[in-house]
Amino acid sequence: MPELIDLAQAVANQADTGAGEQVEAYVSRGRETSIRVFNGEVEQLASAEAAGIGVRVVRDERQGFAWVGALDESAAREALAEARDNVGYATVDEHAGLAIPDGAEPAVLDLWRDGLAEFPAQSKIDLALDLERHVRAGDKRIRQVVSSDYADSMGESAIATSTGISSSSRRTTCYLFVYAIAGEGDDTQTGFGYSVGRATDDLDVDQCAADAVDRATRLLGAKKPRSSRLTVVLDRRVTATLLGILVGTLSGEEVSKGRSLFADRLGEEVGPPQLTLVDDPTDPRALGATPFDAEGLATRRNELIGSGRLTGYLYDTHSARVAGTASTGSAVRGGYRTTPGVGARAVALLPGELTQDQIIAEVGDGLLVQSISGVHSGVNPVSGDFSVGAEGLMIRGGALAEPVREMTIASTLQRMLQHVRHIGSDLEWLPGSSAGLTLAIDDVSLGGE
Amino acid sequence: MTLTDTALVAPDILERVLASALRRGGQFAEVFVEDRTMTGISLDDRRVEELSSGHDRGAGIRVVVGETTGFAHTADLSEEGLKAAAEAAAAVAREGGGGVRRIELHRSRPTAPNEVRTLPSDVAKATKVDLLLRADDVARSNSDSIVQVSAGYGDSRRRIQVANSDGLLSGDDRVRTRFSVVCVASGDAGMQTGYETTALTVGFELFDLRSVEDVAGEAARRAVTKLAARPAPVGVVPVVIKSGSGGILFHEACGHGLEADHIVKDSSVYTGRIGEQVASPLVTLVDDGTVGPNWGSLAIDDEGRPAQRNVLIEQGVLVDYMWDELSARKKGRSSSGNGRRESYQHLPMVRMTNTFLMPGKEDPEGIIAGTPQGIYVAHLGGGQVNTATGDFVFGMTEAYLIEDGRITEPLRDANLIGNGPEILSKIDAIGNDFDMCPGTCGKDGQSVPVGCGQPTLRITGVTIGGTAGA
Repeated sequence: MPELIDLAQAVANQADTGAGEQVEAYVSRGRETSIRVFNGEVEQLASAEAAGIGVRVVRDERQGFAWVGALDESAAREALAEARDNVGYATVDEHAGLAIPDGAEPAVLDLWRDGLAEFPAQSKIDLALDLERHVRAGDKRIRQVVSSDYADSMGESAIATSTGISSSSRRTTCYLFVYAIAGEGDDTQTGFGYSVGRATDDLDVDQCAADAVDRATRLLGAKKPRSSRLTVVLDRRVTATLLGILVGTLSGEEVSKGRSLFADRLGEEVGPPQLTLVDDPTDPRALGATPFDAEGLATRRNELIGSGRLTGYLYDTHSARVAGTASTGSAVRGGYRTTPGVGARAVALLPGELTQDQIIAEVGDGLLVQSISGVHSGVNPVSGDFSVGAEGLMIRGGALAEPVREMTIASTLQRMLQHVRHIGSDLEWLPGSSAGLTLAIDDVSLGGE
Repeated sequence: MTLTDTALVAPDILERVLASALRRGGQFAEVFVEDRTMTGISLDDRRVEELSSGHDRGAGIRVVVGETTGFAHTADLSEEGLKAAAEAAAAVAREGGGGVRRIELHRSRPTAPNEVRTLPSDVAKATKVDLLLRADDVARSNSDSIVQVSAGYGDSRRRIQVANSDGLLSGDDRVRTRFSVVCVASGDAGMQTGYETTALTVGFELFDLRSVEDVAGEAARRAVTKLAARPAPVGVVPVVIKSGSGGILFHEACGHGLEADHIVKDSSVYTGRIGEQVASPLVTLVDDGTVGPNWGSLAIDDEGRPAQRNVLIEQGVLVDYMWDELSARKKGRSSSGNGRRESYQHLPMVRMTNTFLMPGKEDPEGIIAGTPQGIYVAHLGGGQVNTATGDFVFGMTEAYLIEDGRITEPLRDANLIGNGPEILSKIDAIGNDFDMCPGTCGKDGQSVPVGCGQPTLRITGVTIGGTAGA
């Protein structure tokens, strides 16, 4: 197998630079295993390799793109020819162009574990079986373990351009996921647990099982609460989802296209002084950590909100040119099938001093939100309207009280930031592009009876 | 033209690959071959950002041994490449004892749900680009308050071939075309968005059925309308849902819970309830992959079964679930043609096709007039359900207050939340109108195109997640 970077470079080298043509090749290759067990038996075992190439061509201030789901010379030829043909149909854009090396040093990150490749399939199956057993044994009210999954992937990618970019990186990841149903009488509740890492040593079967059991059983007997306005305490997973939405509004592309509610607000106070929000893909603890962005520039630490004030946006090469600034190394792409866009990889709030229990005690009366639903249908990142389904436990007298379900919580993103009351100390990196911690927010509408 | 005849890999090669997949034992083997080409064009901020073309080609092979499914896929469609994938998929068959098995394939010729008149690949790229520019113009000329427009065009052609160890050999040639517009309007109270899409299992004749001007105008109107919107109320209110996009309600509230994979694992509120009254007697719910050019239509499913009409709930009584090959085998019955997958790189599972509620007798205007106070939902976005508890949410993207039987002020976006079985029993009026709309359904990490539809209807009480005092 040739090195990916050589394949990418060979395509980029075909650019007709004399005619002002720029060519970028993004190539990726990955190997994945996924295992699902049910009732003590393997239900599915899938293993596969996938590879592909995406080619961008820029000429006369216009861009074209094509991809092919294969990695050989004919695939590369097809993608380059199609991308060249597509160039002529784009609108002329003075800001069009590929990334140019900016001298930033890439972080030295160790994201690859050889051990994952050598870990036998049977041991992976045993992990999933073990997880299923732990959940069943965790509580007599666990009625069903719908699925217990193990999955891993080993992926490499490389980017080369005729403008001098040459980068490659590789990573391994693996995870456990379990989905359980608890029942008592006619009542049914569900909970899931997961554990993620770069190698199987990082996985914690006990914690993953306990999470699923606890989340499912503690909701048993949940009722629909009365409508009210109260303080919500968001569990870590919920906060991570919220941060993912929030950071989308801080994309330089959305700002320049007039779709961000934070446009033209640099320097303004958007939250309380303890609120600091950073995207740092060079933090090795983040699952989204990477030395290079999706255009091959070095990633870097970018502060977005500092002590409650809006301090920056994220940019890729194109949005930076439009805004008259430089890329923040924040280009992302969904594999070889898409062109780069702006995105975060490792967003986190600066942790506070209090644990979740202390925050609950401090809040006194409110709602602990265990999970939310309908995020894609109920949150409008342009208007800021926020309305999602929720389940969790009421907080009374500084302690967790009765479970509640089939309710909504609603506010706007702007108001929620302003009303952040406590930021937890319990930071945890979760799957996706953000870290979770407990977050208490005042003055949220609870929709129930 | 009717596009169902495809042969990506020669039948004799498929026979040998299937035999080699079962060489070490197993009850069932299948080869799914796919060749997919697509075009996507995006316009944003007054510019056609780029035209993108893609090509994928490969095969997914599964082998079933006892309760276990082994799966592997490959982009190499040569006999050697396919046999290597078959070996990998068969790795789950440890016991051996398969021996030599001879497989004879019998070709079936499925009926396409509709004819494709103009293959998108026969249309000039410049013609496709022009659609986006026209949409941008129309949306911006709609109102001075429109500050941003983005639009997307997409077409795809998926040629598939399915062969299995039961001797099935079938194929399909699916052409889909879509067009969508998002507008941002800006006013005194901030920004609002409006979205509209049209998508059918047809070729470029999509635009004879609905013009891009119409799609763009609708997206713009929706955004501008909401500039004057007030916060939605909070609490339980009667809700009237306009025909069309409200079909998402049934997709979430009960469709997913009627997928047999949830039933065989006892993880649906509808398990064991065949023959029971699970909804108001006004409710008849159907899943049908054969209804014309709708977004979820297919000639065959991704396991080679012809698509069919499946009545799920009839006059409120649960009649049947939706089945794929494996869930059907477990219950000793046949598949209902609901085995679908995102691509050759994915295992099939039970999925909906076009899911819709049958129309009733009432005049839609009369339903609104007969509602003293409530909410009129003219357009729904997406939704999500927990099949085990039945709790689901769906987002309203165009809604109004109903006061004294009349539609009055527009409302800001909010989610509605309910419990499937409870909501289905609270439907007290169904209109004599009907409309379908396209959607993308996500399940277990796989996305497939689906259709949803319903007549105008009323639910006596749904919890609405606004911020204004009820």
